[in-house]
Amino acid sequence: MSELDRVCDRPDCDSPARVHLTEVVDNKMTTQYLCKSCAEEKGLNPASEQGVEIADFLEQLARGDDMDETGAATEPCDFCGMSLDGFRDTGRLGCPQCYTSFEPGLRRLLNRIHGAARHTGKVYLPPDPAVGERGRRLDDLRRRLQSAVDTEDFERAATLRDQIRELEPAGSA
Amino acid sequence: MKTPETLRDLGLDWLDGSGPHADIVLSTRVRLARNLQGHRYSTRAGAGDREAVYRAVAGIVETPVFSAGFRLLRMGELDGHTRRIFLERRLVSSELLGRKRPDHPSAGAAVLVCPDDPVSIMVNEEDHLRLQSLVSGLSITDAWSMVDRLDDGIGRDLSLAYHADFGYLTSCPTNTGTGLRASALVHLPALVLTKEIGRVLEGLDRVGLTHRGLYGEGSDIVGNFFQISNQKTLGSSEEDLVQHFGNTVSTVIEKERHARQVLRGAGPRTEDLIWRAYGLLRHARLLTYRDLMELLSGVRLGVSLGMLPSPHVSALNRIIIFSQPAHLAEAAGRELDGPERQAHRAEYVRRVLEGECGSPTTDTGS
Repeated sequence: MSELDRVCDRPDCDSPARVHLTEVVDNKMTTQYLCKSCAEEKGLNPASEQGVEIADFLEQLARGDDMDETGAATEPCDFCGMSLDGFRDTGRLGCPQCYTSFEPGLRRLLNRIHGAARHTGKVYLPPDPAVGERGRRLDDLRRRLQSAVDTEDFERAATLRDQIRELEPAGSA
Repeated sequence: MKTPETLRDLGLDWLDGSGPHADIVLSTRVRLARNLQGHRYSTRAGAGDREAVYRAVAGIVETPVFSAGFRLLRMGELDGHTRRIFLERRLVSSELLGRKRPDHPSAGAAVLVCPDDPVSIMVNEEDHLRLQSLVSGLSITDAWSMVDRLDDGIGRDLSLAYHADFGYLTSCPTNTGTGLRASALVHLPALVLTKEIGRVLEGLDRVGLTHRGLYGEGSDIVGNFFQISNQKTLGSSEEDLVQHFGNTVSTVIEKERHARQVLRGAGPRTEDLIWRAYGLLRHARLLTYRDLMELLSGVRLGVSLGMLPSPHVSALNRIIIFSQPAHLAEAAGRELDGPERQAHRAEYVRRVLEGECGSPTTDTGS
């Protein structure tokens, strides 16, 4: 049985399941499927639940609503073999490469879950960084230093200054 | 039925109740989800991939990133009892212990623990790495700083999965970006008793935070204990997420304190509820964990309002942890069945309330 055919897990309810709690979970997967009204009864607000965002998104994909937009996204991931069906079943991606393999659809999904699809937080500096990566990291550290100073977190500011000095090219101010 | 001596005190730092607003906020946790570049996530990983992730982490444990005290413990090499102790202290998740076959950890499942700092890392959970800090009270900035430093150190030696647009890449898209989940375990009995809680929880939802029961998603609200956490992880910086979270929880605390003052002035009903809870805990001979939590809620409220002179909030925190099944079994030195466990729990609580504020662990075997 596909998820789209499921009925609500509540014993006395046979409405179509529209809320899949797996998707709402932070650390753990649950297996409960609920219709909209039972979900509301449980205190869930389907309109705002991340799980429903994913469920809606996957439902659209299953119906083919977004096929034109997703294009190649219907092909399995070329690194791990994860398919859209697999993503639909588990709510989990298979590997970091999946983000590239399913990018157009995922970008929309991220937008719907988070209200944004662009990371504005910590910039990762890999073990052997390129010049550009080093520069982006420095910009990020300077932004965070300013934030620490603004909030008078001086211990943190000192740590960030040390990190900036470590990364700055020798001789720069 | 004994946790190894060197692991016995792990995960208990927050119990001392030393953090800000510790009478209302039991603990604050910050978790970062990270993955290694070039490896399948656990949903697609075979034993080989999982072992490779384990070995990568093991390879950096000896580097200066970690202080000498850090220890990487394979779940499969710990006995089942110690694993359950770790689970009850929230050092590990049930997913790490083996969701498909409970108590059969998958290959490479491990936890990196530190006896000196309240930080730990789960290895091969839903994401390859789950870094977390767990501190007393509402200490969100401290919790974030600790886990941020740990993350910096790890990122220097391991290639993490990161995308210029999407940020840190995670198994579930709800964690993508910062991978940061802040959560606070809060006790809100006055908001429940004054029936203001619904409005407060709706307010949380409107500002992007969510709530759940003591034991995470899907668990009931027991004893008026709520876990509040952020929902969105992408589109804001970590500092902004943490600050927004801290400000919002502070507002909830203010509302709870206001409701407590309302209850204090509302005649003898509150005082009666508190003393009844204390009386039952003080004299009960059998206690289920749910009963215990409901009664502890009343006693905790009484201590906070000054209606009960003791015990200290740290003793109440200890009861929450040390009254769980594996901790009771540890104290007894053997497995306990249901009724026995209820009796041991009631006895332990009586001893604490009588002023013997030790843990069952330290009280036994002597």
